[in-house]
This record gives sequence, C-alpha cells and structure tokens, in this order.
Amino acid sequence: MTRVIEYRDALNEAMSEEMRRDQRVMLLGEEVAEYDGAYKVSRGMLEEFGAQRIIDTPISESGFSGMAIGATMVGLRPIVEFMSWSFSLVAADPILNNAPKMLYMSGGQFGCPIVFRGNDGAGGQLGSTHSWCVEGLYSNVPGMKMVIPAFPADAKGLMKTAIRDDDPVFFLESERLLSFKDEVPEEEYLIPFGQALVRRPGTDCTIVSFGRPVHFCLEAAEELAKEGISCEVIDGRTIRPLDIDTIVESVRKTNYLVVVDQSWSFGSPGSEIAAQVHQHCFDDLDNAVARVHSADVPTPYAVELEQAYLPNAHRICEAVRAVTYTA
Amino acid sequence: MSAAHTAIGTSHLVEAESSKRDSAARSLPPQTLLEWLRMMVLIREFEVRTMQAYQDRKIGGFCHVYIGQEAVAVGCTAAVEHEDPIVTAYRDHGHALARGMDPKYCMAEMFGRIGGCAKGKGGSMHMFDRDNNLFGGHGIVGAQTPLGAGLAFGTKYIDEVINGGRSQRVTLCFLGDGALNQGALHEAMNLAGLLNLPVIFVVENNGYSMGTSIHRGTTMADEITSKAIGYGMMSAQIDGMDVMNVYDGMKEVVDEARATSRPAFVDIRTYRFKGHSMSDPRKYRTREEEEVYEDDGPIAKAREYLYDQKLLDEDGFKAMSKEVRGQVRESIKWADASPPPDVAEELYKDVYVERWGPYNGTSEPEMLGEPGGNGEG
Ligand SMILES: Cc1ncc(C[n+]2csc(CCOP(=O)(O)OP(=O)(O)O)c2C)c(N)n1
Ligand SMILES: [Mg+2]
Repeated sequence: MTRVIEYRDALNEAMSEEMRRDQRVMLLGEEVAEYDGAYKVSRGMLEEFGAQRIIDTPISESGFSGMAIGATMVGLRPIVEFMSWSFSLVAADPILNNAPKMLYMSGGQFGCPIVFRGNDGAGGQLGSTHSWCVEGLYSNVPGMKMVIPAFPADAKGLMKTAIRDDDPVFFLESERLLSFKDEVPEEEYLIPFGQALVRRPGTDCTIVSFGRPVHFCLEAAEELAKEGISCEVIDGRTIRPLDIDTIVESVRKTNYLVVVDQSWSFGSPGSEIAAQVHQHCFDDLDNAVARVHSADVPTPYAVELEQAYLPNAHRICEAVRAVTYTA
Repeated sequence: MSAAHTAIGTSHLVEAESSKRDSAARSLPPQTLLEWLRMMVLIREFEVRTMQAYQDRKIGGFCHVYIGQEAVAVGCTAAVEHEDPIVTAYRDHGHALARGMDPKYCMAEMFGRIGGCAKGKGGSMHMFDRDNNLFGGHGIVGAQTPLGAGLAFGTKYIDEVINGGRSQRVTLCFLGDGALNQGALHEAMNLAGLLNLPVIFVVENNGYSMGTSIHRGTTMADEITSKAIGYGMMSAQIDGMDVMNVYDGMKEVVDEARATSRPAFVDIRTYRFKGHSMSDPRKYRTREEEEVYEDDGPIAKAREYLYDQKLLDEDGFKAMSKEVRGQVRESIKWADASPPPDVAEELYKDVYVERWGPYNGTSEPEMLGEPGGNGEG
C-alpha cells in the first residue's frame, strides 16, 4: 500500500520512526525545534520528542557539527540539519576532517555514525553564497557516504538507512523538491546504499543523474522520445557508494552516455562517472561521454543568468542530440 | 513552548542617553538632522516598495528588509567619514542607501538588472559599492566579521606602512545578534584586539535571529558587551531607535577608535518590525510585542524632536515624504527600464580579473567537439 506525501514529510517520517526505535538518535540544528525547521521538515517533532532530542542551536555550524561528532564517540547517533548545505562550509573542518577520518585515524576504534542533512543546490535566485552543490566539493573525501534522493520514497528509505548506518552520511536534499508529492509505501522499508534505479528504460542513449536534475532528465527523455530518441534515465540515488555497475550495464546497451550533474564540472561526480565509464566501456562507447553541469562560474543572481547557468531539460536534450550525432 | 515564553518581550530596548547629557547631535546644523530624517524616510519607503516588488515577483531569492532599524545605519554612517570602510551582512539595503548609493542602483540590483550596483549578479544580500566604500553585504552569517578586521588591517597598513603616516580610517563592521555565535566573529575580535585594528563591531541587536530570540541563542544575552572584555576592547551599549542617540554614542566610539587605532564593540538595541525575510509568519513573537516597538519607531522619534524644536512642521514633513516617494518611484522605473544582463556577455565575465583567453568554462555540452574550452586560447 502507498499514499502520496511530500518529500519533506517523507524525511520527517523517516527521522521520527528511527527516533522512536532508537533513543541514541536526536536532531539538532538552527530553527529545527520551535520553528519546526526553516523549511518545516521537522514539523511536530519537538512536540513528540521534547527539547532534549530536538535541539535548536545558535548559528554556530562549526560548533554544533563538531559537538555532534564528539557525541558519536561515546555512542550517540545524531542527525545534524544544515538549513542549507551552503552553510556547512563554515563547518568544513569538523565535517571533512573529523567525521570521515575518525575511524581510520583511530585505527578502527572510533566510527562516526552521524547524518548531516539539508538543502543542496540552487534554490532560485539565492546568489553565489547560498546556492552550493556540495556533491562536487565533498564527494572527494574518502570515509563519507553521500546520498542524494530525487523522490519522496527514496528520501524516506534512504534516510532510514542513513540513520542506521555506522559511517558519516552526507544527505543532500533539495529545497525545490520539498513540496514535491509522490507515492510512498505505508509499511516500513529501507533502501540500501549503492543501488541506482532505472527510472525510465530506453535503448538509444543513457542519461545518468542525481537528485533534483533527475527530474530534468526525465523531462528531456520525454521530449526526445517525440523525436524518436529513446533514452534510458538512471537515478544514481547515492554518490558514495557509486553504483557504477548499473550505469555500465546500460551504456553497454545504448553505447552513449550523458551525465547530468548540477555541481561544477571540474573534479565532480560527473567527471568521475565519465572517467569510470570510459575505463569500463571504452569499446562499447560510440562517442565520448558528454556532461551537463552548472556553468563554471559562481552562481549568478539575475534570473536570466541563473537559468543559463543551471542544467535544464533543454541543455540535456542538446547534449543527447550532440552525443548521439542527431543534432 | 508559547511564543510569549521565548520571545524577547518588551524590555529589549535601552533608554536613550542623549536626553540625559550633552548631545553632539543637538549641536549639529538643523539641515543635518533634517537630512537624517529624510534618509530614514527614504530607507523606509524604499523597503516598503521592495516588499511590494517582491510580492510582484520582480525581486527573487532571499530578501530581508531594514524596516525599524533605519536609525542604526543612518546614525552610524553619520558618525564616520566617507573614506571609512563599511561592511555588513545580508540585511544591507539601508546601509547602501545611507552610504550614498543611489536607490536606483540598489533597486536594479534586486531586479537582477545590468544597471544594478553589481550588474544583477549579487542580488539583495550582496550590495557592493566601491565608490561609496561599501564593501558588501555578505550572505553567510558572520562572514563579514573577519573581512571587517581585514579592512581595518588594510587601511592601517596603507596609512602607516605605505604612506608612512598615522592610521587614519576606522572600519564599521555591522553584524546581527545571530552572528554573535559564529566562531568567525570571535576569531576576528581576537585578531582586532591583538593587532590593534581600528574596526568597530556594530551589533544590530534586534533581539532575533530568524525565529530564535537572543536569549535562546546567546549566552550573556542581556549584556553582550561583556564579550568585548575578553578581547580587550572598549564597548558601548546604545539605544538604536533614536538616530541622534546612535550618532552621539557612535561618534564617541569612532573618535576613540580613530585616535587610539583600537577596536571596539557596540551593542545597538533595535527591533526589526517585519519578518526575518519575506516568508516569515513571525509565530515566535506576539503582535503586542511588535506594537510596543513600532509605536515608538525611529522615524517618529526624530520627527517629533524636529517638530519640538520648530525645525520642521507637518507640512514640511509631508513635502519631504512626497519627495522621497517620488525618488523611490523613479528608482523603480529606472530599474524596470534597465535590461537584464546579456547572457553571452555576462555569464562568464568577472570570474577572473585576468582572463587567459575567452573564458567560457569547462561545462558546456558544446565542449564535446572542442576540448579545453578554458585552455590557453
Ligand atoms: C552560516 C549561516 N548559517 C545560517 C544562515 C541562514 N540565516 C540567514 S539570516 C539568519 C539569522 C541571522 O540573524 P541575525 O544575525 O540576528 O541578523 P538579522 O536577520 O536579525 O538582521 C540565518 C540563520 C546563513 N545565512 N549563514
Ligand atoms: Mg537579529
């Protein structure tokens, strides 16, 4: 059985269910308690779990992230909300230097079971400082896992897995998807990391993406179908671990690949996938892998510039036509 | 918890000192006081129209208006010289106007037009104006505070090391009470104390960071000037709802900072009349609390003083308001008429000062055929 709920409520359910079953889990961040979350993701949670488990913090990202990491060392399993991943840069040292390296540096003694979550990506004219797509920046770091769901059902199932996972998980949501409604199962379920999903089967070209741009890919595939180009759209769902097998299998069938990644191109998940696919599918490819990224500039404010900057269905269509020599 | 329980209540403001002692502001030419009032009215009108333009979707993104806090920007900028640098956070329209930016450039920036102070690339939170020594609105809470220390380090270095003279300039670094809790501020304050930097950290203490009252986010919330002690700097607490009082309090601190080339920390008590941003239902405080503060707003206070002193009458104020409304209307017209930035021209411009050939990034799908889109060319 399923019902249709918002992405934000899927996240809320996942956190609430896990907090009911495990007292070691708590949520902290700016405005998460009394304000119900800046984007209402934690609506009602203060009421249910109380102020000791739903904790409003001051604007001190470095401090509260580091504090939460410290708490994992004595056995807690915190969820840390960044109002936006853009603000996590203030906490770069604890989240990149402590969390993902703790286990290794301590020779296996101290793991770091923590979830960092919040809005990632451009929100709509928020300008350069507030529009970070941290998947490009952070996925470079070994020791962390990175989840980036595009649909409410994945948001819930992957969040539950993230909370139970014994490693630090960077959970990338999108402000633009929070109100997006879709079917979510009634019964309890978890979605394992490292399993990409074929969202739309096709035969002529593979398109792979993560998070919000998956929707642009589906839009583009619809458009291209009218032109007789059949695209297979793969939703990666997690960036670390990366399910390269599903991508490779698809490329062996279609012989063309377009990677759509909203982060900047230089040293990104997109360039990583391109490199791995070139390695695995050198003889299967009928053209080099094409990539659609945000433009290689700081995010502009003006709407015309921002539209030209972001990946969109139009740019994806162009890339598919070009790569399949149908332009 | 109920809103009343966590809100700041109605005792947040401190009493103006100016009524009790000699006031430097009172001895200024009447024209100056009238200009301050006019500037506050301009900021208020500008922000009212900004809110309308936001509702009309002419302005996008995050937008934070300055209504209620006008006396702070106006009194503080009046207490420094035009050459003295100013840097602030994202609630920055008031500072831009008080610093002398033509409202049309500010409005056009928010409209995302090429005529904006940053060609529409920065938006509401990121107002920059080199000519007026405004070194930005900055969107990340606390980000501007080390920059403030850096501006002071820079002017002092130029004055002393390069020009071989005395340190001349004082930097005003504005921050919200929410930024009190960022590590960056404390690092900046320590550096300023350590290196004798002439920077004044001006806390625009409006009692809230988003929905969090200062008591819920900050230790020693009632006496934040105690934080200055730990960094060995002078401090002051100022009633921010009275422009003359802001000027008086700030003038003293500025003069001292300039004379000694030392930092300072100022707690200016004020109140933000509207929501945090355009999408804030303000459930965390009561309407009664809001009314108490709004009844005694900075514009009314300055106007009443000028009436009392017979420096202005109702007709004079009406004429002033009318003229300001016209100016703001013009700024909107101008912003509307300014074209959007041309994508081909502007998207890849200003990424680097020195371009190594036509910079067009590495991410266009078209780069398929031409490897090295940003290589030497
Ligand atoms: C590092 C960082 N964290 C969070 C935010 C989101 N945010 C924007 S404004 C704000 C509240 C700041 O309050 P305050 O400093 O008191 O300034 P005011 O809005 O009252 O002018 C928050 C949490 C941000 N911009 N940067
Ligand atoms: Mg504040």
